[in-house]
Amino acid sequence: MSVPDGWLAYGDEQQERVGFFTDTSVCIGCKACEVACKEWNLVPEDGLVFTGESYDNTSTLGANSWRHVAFIEQEKPLRLDDEDGEPLRWLMSSDVCKHCTHAACLDVCPTGSLFRTEFGTVVVQEDICNGCGYCVPACPFGVLDKRHIPSLPATTTRVSGSEPQASERPDGRVWKCTLCYDRLKGGHEPACAKACPTDSIQFGPLDELRARADARLEKLQQENWNGVQLYGRDPDDGVGGFGAFFLLLDEPEVYGLPPDPVVTTRDLPGLWAQTALAAGAVVLGVVASFLGGRR
Amino acid sequence: MKALELIESWPVVRQLRDGDPHALGPAARSRRSRELHPRIEDAEHAVPSICPYCAVGCGQLVYVKDGDVTHIEGDPRSPISRGRLCPKGQASKSYVQSPLREYEVKYRRPYGTRWEELSLDEAMEMIAQRIIDTRAASWEEKTPDDAPTNRTMAIGNLGGATLDNEENYLIKKLCFGLGIVQVENQARI
Amino acid sequence: MPGLGTSFGRGGATDYQQDLQNSDVITIMGSNMAENHPVGFQWVMEARERGARVFHIDPRFTRTSAMATDYIRIRAGSDIAFLGGVVNYILQNDLWFEEYVKRYTNAPVIIDERFQDTEDLDGLFSGWDPEKRAYSIESWSYKGMAVHGSGGETEQGFRTKGEQSGHGGHGGGLHHGEPPEEDETLQHRNCVFQILKRHYQRYTPELVAETCGCSVEQFVDYCEAITQSSGRERTGAFCYAVGWTQHTVGVQYIRTAAIIQQLLGNMGRPGGGILALRGHASIQGSTDIPTLFNILPGYLPMPRAEYYGNFDNFMKANISPTGWWGHFKAYWVSLMKAYFGENATEENEWLFEKLPRVDDDNSVYWTTQQMLDGKVKGYLLAGENPAVGNTNSKAHRLALAKLDWLVVRDVVEIESAAFWYDSPEIASGELKTQEIPTEIFFLPAATHTEKDGSFTNTQRLLQWHFAAVEPKQDCRSDLWFYFHLGRLIKQKLADSQEPRDELIKALRWEYPTHSAIQEPDAEAVLAEVSGWEVPTGKFLSAYKELKEDGSTVCGCWIYCGAHADGINQTARRKPHWEQSYVAPEWAWAWPANRRLLYNRASADPDGKPWSERKKFVWWDAEQGKWTGLDTPDFEETKPPDYVPPDGAEAEDAIAGDHPFIMQADGRSWLFVPQGLEDGPLPSHYEPHESPFDNPLYSQRSNPVRLAPERPENRFNDDRYPYVATTYRLTEHHTAGGMSRTVPYLSELQPAMFVEVDPELARLEGLEHGGWATISTARTSIEARVMVTDRLKPIAVEGRKTHQVGLPYHWGSRGLTTGAAANDLAPIALDPNVHIQEVKAFTCAIRPGRRRR
Repeated sequence: MSVPDGWLAYGDEQQERVGFFTDTSVCIGCKACEVACKEWNLVPEDGLVFTGESYDNTSTLGANSWRHVAFIEQEKPLRLDDEDGEPLRWLMSSDVCKHCTHAACLDVCPTGSLFRTEFGTVVVQEDICNGCGYCVPACPFGVLDKRHIPSLPATTTRVSGSEPQASERPDGRVWKCTLCYDRLKGGHEPACAKACPTDSIQFGPLDELRARADARLEKLQQENWNGVQLYGRDPDDGVGGFGAFFLLLDEPEVYGLPPDPVVTTRDLPGLWAQTALAAGAVVLGVVASFLGGRR
Repeated sequence: MKALELIESWPVVRQLRDGDPHALGPAARSRRSRELHPRIEDAEHAVPSICPYCAVGCGQLVYVKDGDVTHIEGDPRSPISRGRLCPKGQASKSYVQSPLREYEVKYRRPYGTRWEELSLDEAMEMIAQRIIDTRAASWEEKTPDDAPTNRTMAIGNLGGATLDNEENYLIKKLCFGLGIVQVENQARI
Repeated sequence: MPGLGTSFGRGGATDYQQDLQNSDVITIMGSNMAENHPVGFQWVMEARERGARVFHIDPRFTRTSAMATDYIRIRAGSDIAFLGGVVNYILQNDLWFEEYVKRYTNAPVIIDERFQDTEDLDGLFSGWDPEKRAYSIESWSYKGMAVHGSGGETEQGFRTKGEQSGHGGHGGGLHHGEPPEEDETLQHRNCVFQILKRHYQRYTPELVAETCGCSVEQFVDYCEAITQSSGRERTGAFCYAVGWTQHTVGVQYIRTAAIIQQLLGNMGRPGGGILALRGHASIQGSTDIPTLFNILPGYLPMPRAEYYGNFDNFMKANISPTGWWGHFKAYWVSLMKAYFGENATEENEWLFEKLPRVDDDNSVYWTTQQMLDGKVKGYLLAGENPAVGNTNSKAHRLALAKLDWLVVRDVVEIESAAFWYDSPEIASGELKTQEIPTEIFFLPAATHTEKDGSFTNTQRLLQWHFAAVEPKQDCRSDLWFYFHLGRLIKQKLADSQEPRDELIKALRWEYPTHSAIQEPDAEAVLAEVSGWEVPTGKFLSAYKELKEDGSTVCGCWIYCGAHADGINQTARRKPHWEQSYVAPEWAWAWPANRRLLYNRASADPDGKPWSERKKFVWWDAEQGKWTGLDTPDFEETKPPDYVPPDGAEAEDAIAGDHPFIMQADGRSWLFVPQGLEDGPLPSHYEPHESPFDNPLYSQRSNPVRLAPERPENRFNDDRYPYVATTYRLTEHHTAGGMSRTVPYLSELQPAMFVEVDPELARLEGLEHGGWATISTARTSIEARVMVTDRLKPIAVEGRKTHQVGLPYHWGSRGLTTGAAANDLAPIALDPNVHIQEVKAFTCAIRPGRRRR
């Protein structure tokens, strides 16, 4: 069953599972999503580094980049039947936390900071996270990341009473896309999806998005688009399907995405079962010894 | 904290009560997460505005609390933008609150090597006087052929394409009245 | 924009962005729309999703190219050759929309026998005066047309110029709106149609390929695509921006597209038109209510210095006997009443004798030269940054350093305020701080969230923004600054007896103010712009209500009605889902809230829709009026079969089947007999700086271009072999004052770079990610190297060249700093609008940082 872990426990509070469908065939690479996310979530600016990686100076998802637009320049035609023009295309794709159905980050978080929301999404709670970082290697996509912001120098003065900006706070905690948890609670769509000029980032109930993606795939295949495929749409994949999935125009590796992601805690339930068995035996032994002792 | 709340806040109790034995869902939810709401709900006003960057003319809503802008996002009502904004429009709040924004008049005297302070009133007074003096010294009533010109060629004004229509109207009107004819902007289209 | 104005009658975009969704084919050329107008681009994507082909024709493969269905690479500066080839293809293959062309354009009109074409004179038209470097345009006239306002009487003449032509060719006198001689069969040797055909006959697909560097197949495929989307059932649209305008022959680029759109019958129809994409929030507004030297609000001309006649002569020169310019006097007098109130009277000729006069060229680049020569003493900058934003920025910085005083109003300390201690010239020692005499006042400005006012967007739509918060400390709106500046000056001069102060004393300068800072009421200014009746105070609702007797006030006749009924119409915000897709109740568009200009042409000559699919505005015979989805751009009750009676004047002289009501003959102009400095038809000229000869004529570049050579503005020779073009990126805005100061934008594009193709990189030893120095005769700059397949070498007549791409956002101030691309470009200007040629000039490039 492809049901997000922990989601059913919400009972009456449970909401329809929502997510993103990012259709890269209409992404114009404007990065409105990156900025909208930062503006809404007060994510700090991440350094002025010229990478030379096409128009991508963000490079990767991280604690300070919850949306990341990849730019891939290719000498390939956009459509398979395209013979006249130059074989040249510029792929752009806005990456984000996948909000996995089976999320390893959730499994390994020892503090309960990472949790499954009533919307079926995965959120790090900034008031709980202690920066232990167990989740960082657990993520098959490298989304989870600790924020390294230097503490304020002692000489810095602040207007009394004003809250420090997110970018000013000493940190070390893990940050990532919350699918704008606060906005969802108020009935607003996430900031990136709202800003997206061409509706490349679509927000909605996951079932609807999957149906829409299937239709889109069919249309683009009929139109002979080169390399068109869905990524993370399938509930039977290694993470039980993504809450945020994609229509790509080439193999996932081309975009820097793992081709066949697997939840890194996949084998844990079995391990836990054995552990439980062993623990049970210990308990029995202890109880027996108590009982025996009373005798 | 009441006793019941204390007990309920104990994760194990929440895990068992909520049917969330692994504490992945509601049992792990902090008080902050339970009470979270979008900050635009705290705004006193959502003021209709228009993006200041290019000429697409996207609708914006400017959220205000305690006399400060707390957020700017697209106005879904606009038939042009339908609530969407590009990265620049989306960064409008950071623009109006740029760390490099200037809030005070700065004055550099001739041959000066640093900025000096100057009050706004004083600056206005001085600028008005500079215009009057330069204009008087350079006034051109007629061409050498005796054609009326009624102007000064020693003062120019540049700017307008980022300004409001009403501002452009006053600039042109004032300069016309003063005989300042070198009035220009980026709009050489 | 005279390219549109002379062709159709108004200088604004003919269409609105949302209408692109109705296009069957879209040509984006001279524009990088996806990058520079991303949100507007959603309507292109809508069309693409509905099956429209989207062509991007550009020197660089950009984010727009990536989204287009078809990309055609051409050499920078070769667009007229390409578009002229399209005109030729349409004419040679008889693919023009016959009924539309014959009835709605000036194709049948017979031109003066003295006219000679660039084909006859090897790149010059008749009337060329080599000494004045200007054309005398009499021979371009309609045959037998009485020249209106004879040349001997007035220097002002009958000739509209520059931005004034941006609003229609309205000088020529026509007998009740009809040209004297026509040939409806289009066979007469000197009719416009035949002249057009001859003019472009050498613009063959092969010539296009050789001149532009594309393939014949790509070109023909494009021609087929746009001609197949023409006729009753289908339409196509053009989108352009400064990639077309910023050339020494920029106006004629747009003219060529205008010719294509007329031949294909795409004007005034849904999914058609020419969408001018403007790059600043109110750049359209700042020409409508101009901060430009040569016009007054509503494209009325500034009186000229060489003119020494009286008010009557000025009127005679400007009133067109036919078309809506027949009411010129009403527009003028209403403006004078707005400016001077009761001080302007019929007796004093509305103060005409006191008004300031301009010369042929008092444009910004002329002013800069005057500054360099020490003639300009004082300068006010409001939201503009010439020290990095204007072409040959170095010349501007040197000029600022010669001023006596300078006022800079901006939200941050821009390069134009800091040049005296932070600029390349200070770094190099060319300027020394303690030797610069300029007294500088930096006044912090208010942002759009801190003031009320309206922007006019790219589709002529006035949209009001409301102040959300008060500006802090010394920050003030420009409305505040200019109002209080005017108030102070008037106060100081109140008792002056000097004749020079009469006009400023007469200026009406009373606006209510509010709040502690005494902010002027922006809506009161809008009310004056829109106008009212003097005796009753009743607000006007349309420009047809304006009077020439001084009984109406109107600060900009084309904006008349923006404050109709005393209501701020520009603040209307009815959600789009509560109205038709045209959304007429969202804000207010000039003129008369029309969204699609010339929409009378969406119906056939009889007033019926050309097709059900392209139905928009039509004649309702039962009701006896025009109706449809938009405000008809036509007199509401003038029937399609209306024929003007003898002696009819103004709009009464326009026939019922002539949709272009601002033109004196009611038609769109394939051939422009007057209003342009550089010819009635567009011809391909090489840029002012080009590595190539003109493949078509021995006249290499536009003969009328303005290119002042002086020590600060030297021109390149063949030591500069590559073609450079400047542009913007999505992540930044113009010279960077509004983006390099924003952390979230700066990190997205944190460095000035130069784009080169891999072959050029090998040739010059440029390393990806390393540094390069780019040089011209003006100066050198440094930039990081971006080697990309998106640029490719291009062959012209068998000779290969490389194109170099330079974003122009950087300067020495801000969070991200870098060299200004505009330092490299020359002051070389289009003769009609004095726009700079920064989209094609030459340069050299070598590896490494700039040597000081």
